Amino acid sequence: MIKDITIGQFFPGQSIVHNLDPRIKLLLTVVYIIMLFIADTFLGLLTGIVFLTAAYMISKIPFKMILKSVKPIIPLIIFTGILNLFFISTGETLFKFWIFRITTGSIKTAVFMIVRIIALIIGTSLLTYTTSPIALTDAIERVLSPLKKIKLPVHEVAMMMTIALRFIPTLVEETDKITMAQKARGADMESGSLIKRAKALIPILIPLFVSAFRRAEELAMAMECRLYHGGEGRTRLKQLHYSPRDLYAVIISIAFVVLVVIIDRVNIF
Amino acid sequence: MEKFIEAKNISFSYINEMEEPPVKTTVFENLSLDIYKGEFVAVLGHNGSGKSTLAKCMNAINIPQSGEVLVNGMSIKDPEKLLDIRQSVGMVFQNPDNQIVATVVEEDVAFALENMGVEPGEIRRRVDNALKTVGMYKYRLHAPHKLSGGQKQRVAIAGILAMSPECILLDEPTAMLDPKGRQEVLKTIKELNKNNGVTIVLITHYMDEAVQADRVVVMDNGKIVMSDKPKKIFSRVKKLKDIGLDVPQVTELVYSLNQDGYGLDPEIITEDECVDALYELLKSNL
Repeated sequence: MIKDITIGQFFPGQSIVHNLDPRIKLLLTVVYIIMLFIADTFLGLLTGIVFLTAAYMISKIPFKMILKSVKPIIPLIIFTGILNLFFISTGETLFKFWIFRITTGSIKTAVFMIVRIIALIIGTSLLTYTTSPIALTDAIERVLSPLKKIKLPVHEVAMMMTIALRFIPTLVEETDKITMAQKARGADMESGSLIKRAKALIPILIPLFVSAFRRAEELAMAMECRLYHGGEGRTRLKQLHYSPRDLYAVIISIAFVVLVVIIDRVNIF
Repeated sequence: MEKFIEAKNISFSYINEMEEPPVKTTVFENLSLDIYKGEFVAVLGHNGSGKSTLAKCMNAINIPQSGEVLVNGMSIKDPEKLLDIRQSVGMVFQNPDNQIVATVVEEDVAFALENMGVEPGEIRRRVDNALKTVGMYKYRLHAPHKLSGGQKQRVAIAGILAMSPECILLDEPTAMLDPKGRQEVLKTIKELNKNNGVTIVLITHYMDEAVQADRVVVMDNGKIVMSDKPKKIFSRVKKLKDIGLDVPQVTELVYSLNQDGYGLDPEIITEDECVDALYELLKSNL
């Protein structure tokens, strides 16, 4: 049932994109997002999308995965589109009713926003499709480690994320079990109004929470037994190394950003 | 033999401060127990007899209110020695799900070593060794939640083993496993004891596991009531039954036969011994 959920939706593979250093991928994703917002012309945006398409082709992520990542945000896209369409009033008026005006400017902004959001989601999905959650957590810890100097609990947050990822399948399995146990005792979870169904979740959530706390206590003890004493003086089994391909990826990406900026300046449309 | 863990007159009670006034539950008082180097000790006792609490006093998870526990000469009350003690006395818990930290088997086994600040190359070597010892090497890249209970528990043991402890405490490690998983884990434990010379303290409910130990310690109501070789312990069937413990099936059979005057050796504890004795008995009666 809910066992099939995969958080982060990692899609294992051996492509160049998969094998890039996760820190580089994280930083390049940020660069990509910035690029999307720098791009002010259609051609500029198109260049960004070409870049993204190329990255997807190299990573061999199936096309339907791209659709899957966009699907949940369709309402948001429509909402943003409509909002921009009605409330931007630059350019010539094309159509008018009541207080709404659709202008050339508003159509342009709406289309821009929609393309940007879709490109943003598809782009960031590439990061989670090609990077295992554990590598991602690791990368976040390392990229943010300078922030330890200003007393931000970077290691602790990364540890929490790792443990959360580790326990998702365990707790999902447990939820399944509790649900079955409550159904066996006659709990009705499928009928009635929304409020009634929400209330029916209480007998599932409470045992789940109790057991989660019990697990947490035991896990803490097991971690103490294995000498866990915070991030200080910790080494790692897997060291992250930059390789030449990381450098190439950075160079190519920067080239694309520069290209986008130039195209924007030349501004044909 | 050399003493490895020495518990002298320790008392421990849990204090529940949520209640008003705080409720104090005494688990044991003035309890003493020695664990010798290289020994395989099984601790028996029904729920609430204090066996888990005692085990947790041996690696400084619980600090007794009075008395002293020495691990290899180090006092568990010395905060400076805390990490050294926990490194030399590892502990494996009942539920394998609640002691696995990472999402990949080998990363979990590496956890203790990472905490110790061992060099990455050395971590790799020790992780591989530990996984080979428990026979889980080919699963090193698997996700723990996809393994069976017995396999998970072996990964947990490997995680402890990687620290190269001299002693491993196992708190009912087989209680949640199916018979096959139990066998796997018990085999691993015995091999560790025999081949690697690791001292083992096995807390268990299963008599057939206790039979395989060098020494059995029986606890009841916070007291150690017996401590002897398995043969001597299990021949005292009546006493064990009085404190609500089972005896191995073999012992039970021999005991019943002896009640009817067959005069078998009461120290028979393994199936093979029992089969031989019954064979002799039947042959002589023909």
